[in-house]
Amino acid sequence: MTGTDKTYVTVHPGVVRLTHWINAVATAIMIGSGWRIWNSSPIFDFSFPVAVTIGGDPALSQDTHNELGLAGALQWHFAGMWLLAINGLVYVAYGILSGHFRHSFLPVGPSAFIRDALAALTFRLPHRLGVYNAVQKTLYLGVLAAGVLMVLTGLAIWKPGQFQELAWLFGGFDTARLIHFLGMSAIVLFLLVHIALVVIVPKTLPTMITGRAPAHEAEPALDPLHGRPA
Amino acid sequence: MTAPRDSKDVLRQGAVRAIERRSFLKQGLSLGALTLFTGCDVTDQDSVQYALNAVSRWNDRVQAALFTHRLMPTYPESAAVKDFRFNAYYGEDAVPKIDGASYKLGLSGLVDNRKPWTLDELYALPQASQVTRHVCVEGWSMIGKWGGVPFRTFLARIGADLTAKYVGFECADGYYSSIDMASALHPQTLLTFKISDEILAPKYGYPLKLRVPTKLGFKNPKWITAMYVTNRFPGGFWEDRGYNWFGGV
Repeated sequence: MTGTDKTYVTVHPGVVRLTHWINAVATAIMIGSGWRIWNSSPIFDFSFPVAVTIGGDPALSQDTHNELGLAGALQWHFAGMWLLAINGLVYVAYGILSGHFRHSFLPVGPSAFIRDALAALTFRLPHRLGVYNAVQKTLYLGVLAAGVLMVLTGLAIWKPGQFQELAWLFGGFDTARLIHFLGMSAIVLFLLVHIALVVIVPKTLPTMITGRAPAHEAEPALDPLHGRPA
Repeated sequence: MTAPRDSKDVLRQGAVRAIERRSFLKQGLSLGALTLFTGCDVTDQDSVQYALNAVSRWNDRVQAALFTHRLMPTYPESAAVKDFRFNAYYGEDAVPKIDGASYKLGLSGLVDNRKPWTLDELYALPQASQVTRHVCVEGWSMIGKWGGVPFRTFLARIGADLTAKYVGFECADGYYSSIDMASALHPQTLLTFKISDEILAPKYGYPLKLRVPTKLGFKNPKWITAMYVTNRFPGGFWEDRGYNWFGGV
């Protein structure tokens, strides 16, 4: 294949792209409203700037009932959770059943991670659309695990009574709340790296929207029906 | 009971301005932040708020479906905080001061016997105590020890219609709230006179508080002056300001 070849291949299946962008919206809602909820009773001695949080108008809420827009934040958080959870279930079910996870995220191990991390840090790691290096695989699996952890700790602090076993599993209400915060922190760190890499390798962005990439610089997605590249 | 009426009037007129829930939230949502994050153009705030309210009502139904009479975790007495946190939408100096000698709990709605109850009559009922966790909607929580009459015992005693949907409460500070009948009948729901083995101090809701360990703190009304059983949705002080009504933990 040459650089002038204009044939395109599908890199990201439609389900992956759709759930990716729904997840982006849901995550923004959960983080923005979660930060406002944090502000109403912080565990550590700091607050998030209100301008980057989601919730009721702070001045009006303060004026009317002495709080900083927590009601609106909770409404967003407990609506966003449905979007996040349902979308996440669709993604995970697709990922497992279609072989997408196995094909894209495995195998991965410490030696491959170190090799690719060193290559990336010295700018010698090539990027081929649709193929994930060991660092990417580790980060994607890690953020997926963090997402599962957020749902579970979220359930534990939403319902420490009805789901008391879950709260117990996470060390009780207060510890579950702390883990929920740490999970958010991990996801925000992931997002910083994730978005920074899109800025560094901008050709990845249109591919995540259209799903297609020039054949000469991409690896086609797995064909879910036949278990091999389409 | 003139003081409560006064504070209720003050509340309605000024201290907390009677801003309708819908207009408050319509103006209130910081959608700019969402726009910033997602690049979406969210212009129709009315329909966004309508959707959020609908999801909140849906969450009420989900929580009611999840609710069972399983007991909330209890703790050793040593875990109970002695100097429990004061909590209201106003300062500690503004708490209602109620005269116990002339106090009467008013009853209305779907109950057979609506005779008001004096404190002595309430104190004569069989009592229980519990060490449970109070979970605030803000995120903090605190373990305390409360004592009083199991609420289901009281509901049976007054001949309440236990098939009705709601039990509502009115408080001396203008606060009001309501809970579902299933939660009212939960064995740990307590019509409370005591905290840390002592009669409730004024700041903790003297003379009467409802302790509902299955619900968030704002569903535990203090300074209760009247209660009623009804099938008509009663709402609540915070609930009418956008907080989730079921408020279960």
